[in-house]
Amino acid sequence: MKDFVIPSDDRDLGTPAREGAPVTLQIDGFEVTVPEGTSVMRAAALAGLSIPKLCATDSVEAFGSCRLCVVEIEGRRGTPASCTTPVAPGMVVHTRNEKLRKLRRGVMELYISDHPLDCLTCAANGDCELQDMAGVVGLRDVRYQAPEGAGLANHFAPRNTSGEANPEWLPKDDSNPYFTYDPAKCIVCSRCVRACEEVQGTFALTIEGRGFDSRVSFGAKSDTALASDCVSCGACVQACPTATLQEKSVIELGTPTRSVITTCAYCGVGCSFKAELNGDELVRMVPYKHGKANRGHSCVKGRFAYGYANHKDRILNPMIRDSIDQPWREVSWEEALSFAAAKMRGIQAEYGRKSVGVITSSRCTNEETYLVQKLTRAVFGNNNTDTCARVCHSPTGYGLGQTFGTSAGTQDFDSVEQADVIMVIGANPHAGHPVFASRMKKRLRAGAKLIVVDPRRTETVQGPHYKAAHHLALRPGTNVAVVTAMAHVIVTEGLMNEDFIRTRCDWDEFQHYAEFVSDPRHSPEASELLTGVPAAELRAAARLFATGGNGAIYYGLGVTEHSQGSTTVMGIANLAMLTGNVGRRGVGVNPLRGQNNVQGSCDMGSFPHELPGYRHVKLPEVRAIFEQAWGVEIDPEPGLRIPNMLDAAVAGQFKGLYCQGEDILQSDPDTKHVAAGLAAMECVIVHDLFLNETANYAHVFLPGSTFLEKDGTFTNAERRINRVRQVMAPRNGYADWEVTQLLANAMGANWRYTHPSQIMDEIALTTPSFAGVDYATLEEKGSVQWPCNDANPEGTPLMHVDGFVRGKGRFIVTEYVATDEKTGPRFPLLLTTGRILSQYNVGAQTRRTDNVVWHDEDLLEIHPHDAEQRGINQGDWVKLASRSGETTLRATLTDRVSPGVVYTTFHHPVTQANVITTDYSDWATNCPEYKVTAVQISPSNGPSEWQEEYQAQAALSRRILPAAE
Amino acid sequence: MQPDKLVYMANQIATFFKSQPGDDGAERIAAHLRDFWDPSMRAHLCELAKQDDQVLDENVRKAVALLN
Ligand code: SF4
Ligand code: SF4
Ligand code: SF4
Ligand code: FES
Repeated sequence: MKDFVIPSDDRDLGTPAREGAPVTLQIDGFEVTVPEGTSVMRAAALAGLSIPKLCATDSVEAFGSCRLCVVEIEGRRGTPASCTTPVAPGMVVHTRNEKLRKLRRGVMELYISDHPLDCLTCAANGDCELQDMAGVVGLRDVRYQAPEGAGLANHFAPRNTSGEANPEWLPKDDSNPYFTYDPAKCIVCSRCVRACEEVQGTFALTIEGRGFDSRVSFGAKSDTALASDCVSCGACVQACPTATLQEKSVIELGTPTRSVITTCAYCGVGCSFKAELNGDELVRMVPYKHGKANRGHSCVKGRFAYGYANHKDRILNPMIRDSIDQPWREVSWEEALSFAAAKMRGIQAEYGRKSVGVITSSRCTNEETYLVQKLTRAVFGNNNTDTCARVCHSPTGYGLGQTFGTSAGTQDFDSVEQADVIMVIGANPHAGHPVFASRMKKRLRAGAKLIVVDPRRTETVQGPHYKAAHHLALRPGTNVAVVTAMAHVIVTEGLMNEDFIRTRCDWDEFQHYAEFVSDPRHSPEASELLTGVPAAELRAAARLFATGGNGAIYYGLGVTEHSQGSTTVMGIANLAMLTGNVGRRGVGVNPLRGQNNVQGSCDMGSFPHELPGYRHVKLPEVRAIFEQAWGVEIDPEPGLRIPNMLDAAVAGQFKGLYCQGEDILQSDPDTKHVAAGLAAMECVIVHDLFLNETANYAHVFLPGSTFLEKDGTFTNAERRINRVRQVMAPRNGYADWEVTQLLANAMGANWRYTHPSQIMDEIALTTPSFAGVDYATLEEKGSVQWPCNDANPEGTPLMHVDGFVRGKGRFIVTEYVATDEKTGPRFPLLLTTGRILSQYNVGAQTRRTDNVVWHDEDLLEIHPHDAEQRGINQGDWVKLASRSGETTLRATLTDRVSPGVVYTTFHHPVTQANVITTDYSDWATNCPEYKVTAVQISPSNGPSEWQEEYQAQAALSRRILPAAE
Repeated sequence: MQPDKLVYMANQIATFFKSQPGDDGAERIAAHLRDFWDPSMRAHLCELAKQDDQVLDENVRKAVALLN
């Protein structure tokens, strides 16, 4: 198995690719055929005749400022810049001759005259395009000198020889934790500025001044990188040809010498990265330009926030204890595993086969998840398996399964480039799915329209050079009413795509549905009182979506995490079918999946009622496949879901849990109930990187491995199966799949996997949608989107092209039912929750990196009006109370939230926002209603009693005895 | 499992199917329970349905009868 992959063609071709009719020209005597619109520079590079360049790079549009790339074109006057000159049929180009050589040397000489010559000690030594170009053009000497008595006339020397300060010199800015800006080395090529604009869409950088005074600046409103609008995506650092913008890790560790292609382990965008290393020391992560999800871009988390892998809190030795009031005891792997196995078997003997279960991880690989669910189905002998998708996208599974027949997004991310109207519902891609957001914003800047449905005015609503056409700021909990009202407008105004409906959907069901939505009680005017969305605005949004061209819907947890989560998903599917927006590029229904492998963990049979590939355990023909592969009998009845496991634990029926890479105590709602459930169990096995909150209630701790330390695959929100490749040996000794295998074998299974590729082969063998997936295919194609099998050997970028997976699309009636979580005199405000860009989920990883400089505590957003009524000022400590519990945190006053609504994130365990959330859940899937909780807020002067008790318990529970000799 | 929670969840399911066209609400609730509820939860619900003091939706009661 070839695991270290050196990227094949990773060259910088100078300018971006174009699509168009083929054009043939001649460059240095060679015939070259490229798409119309391609630059001469790119055409030459494609033919292997690269032209010297400085200000061009293929991630951004050409700018034509350095003039190093000049060429001669027969029949044209002068020497045009090849980066800004498009090819033409029959063109004859010369890239090398004496005249060009002279010109280029002249350009280089000028550049170098204003550049320090300390290459040997520069962080970019060996990785600097200025250095390379000086070599390529044959620069041998720099003749320019500052004129006598006229000052230094350079930007790099802090003082002249008599010690006077050079006014042109600016000090290094190292305020950003991950990269530095050293103006002394800048050649003002503006690649960084263009990357920030075109690739990232933040517009944090500008070139200030003119001519010799031109400087890169982090905006006018501040002096430093950290204080600016910069979101630390690193696109500028990657684009910079010199050491001006440089990763601090490279400054510290030196330039990398080898690289491995792998996949980000944070969010569901699933960006591909080149992990660049020296030996097994990771120097930097560079987004991989051939990564099909990210196309060479990344966010601050994936690129920079990997330091947790070496954080001192990481636990590297297995630990056990008999009861949770004891300190941990470090033991050998053998002892920990036999202890765990004996406990689990003992529990099953005493309380029955079904008294134990597993939670699979959406952060682990497909192969690992597959093994964990196999552990419960084949070794424990029950179907008690669930995953954190329960608490995020389980309604997507149910809702899309019912309407379309598959529970996954319909498009690839590239599709957004063809969307005309983009509707984002209950999601804030700016923070949650940043690289998708960048790609979407690019499309919006090019003129596509945006509709945002969100109670809060998120960063997605408005950004540089775009603004949502409509922001429907609904009351939390009224998604179904809004979506149904949109359908009402589309149907009653006759804006639906009847052709599509007749040919692709069940016509009878549509009739029912049309009758249902046409009822005046679903009109925007009737629902306005309920939803708080002005009827005229909603009507306008519905008309735009139905008539504005390709309509694409992207949605997130603001849709699913409600009592009616599944119903809203069906409503969204209805909207897409009504308007014919399924089955081609630029349209579709796209759940934005939260965690890196939450799609994969669902695909791999993590749910208690489904075997891998979304096939119900009740189906004998499906069970037969696995019974044959595994040599065991499979329980035909669905098992317990996470909330059910906890309920059963409190009731004394559920006693043992193996929880891999998931912190249910922090991430699941109603913390007190989760704690009570965990406390009632006799054996909780936590398999994680850190002593997380759940581990406070654990008896066995099995150290986990990071994504850098193992092989496997992740499946992103576009169903794309990406390879995760080991770049260093597991610090804890074993990859997670090996640990699960050891546990299974300690319990008597006889598993003999020696590489994750064998697990994938088993998945392919048993699961039709993965039948064509194996590591050799992934090696060859880079990635594939499932279904990948004989019918779709190349994978499936777009689903439901000629028909829905289930045959005819089903319209389902979506009646709004108010949640029982209602405001009243005691709890008059509605709390909703979300996340921010720099932190990820429960923060276990990102809190252990420098990302904390952007967010070191969770804050409560409250409208100034509500704050004033309660005597709360900016930055005050406030008590946040619901019927479940109370906590304290600091308040920030903002009109991003409407009066009556408050908002917080849940990245920090001290805050424990989930002490507040209740146990209400989606009717179909038990996905908890995180997004609506009735609360009250009052001034406070410190942590609540619960927070103090909790901290004390956590501290007690985290004690570790020194290992016995 | 806490009876009030089970009852609440079952009633939520009934509310959805009540909104759907057709008069097979009870059958569809029963199918949903069979597909997604572990047998011990279903058994518990059946127990609860025998007690008069539980505020179970009428269709849930019918569905429970179908479960056995
Ligand atoms: S790191 Fe990203 S956001 Fe910040 S200046 Fe560079 S490109 Fe712009
Ligand atoms: S910082 Fe780098 S990319 Fe930006 S203008 Fe200067 S040299 Fe060019
Ligand atoms: S966190 Fe998401 S957007 Fe950021 S690099 Fe990772 S996969 Fe890409
Ligand atoms: S690379 Fe073409 S002008 Fe700079």
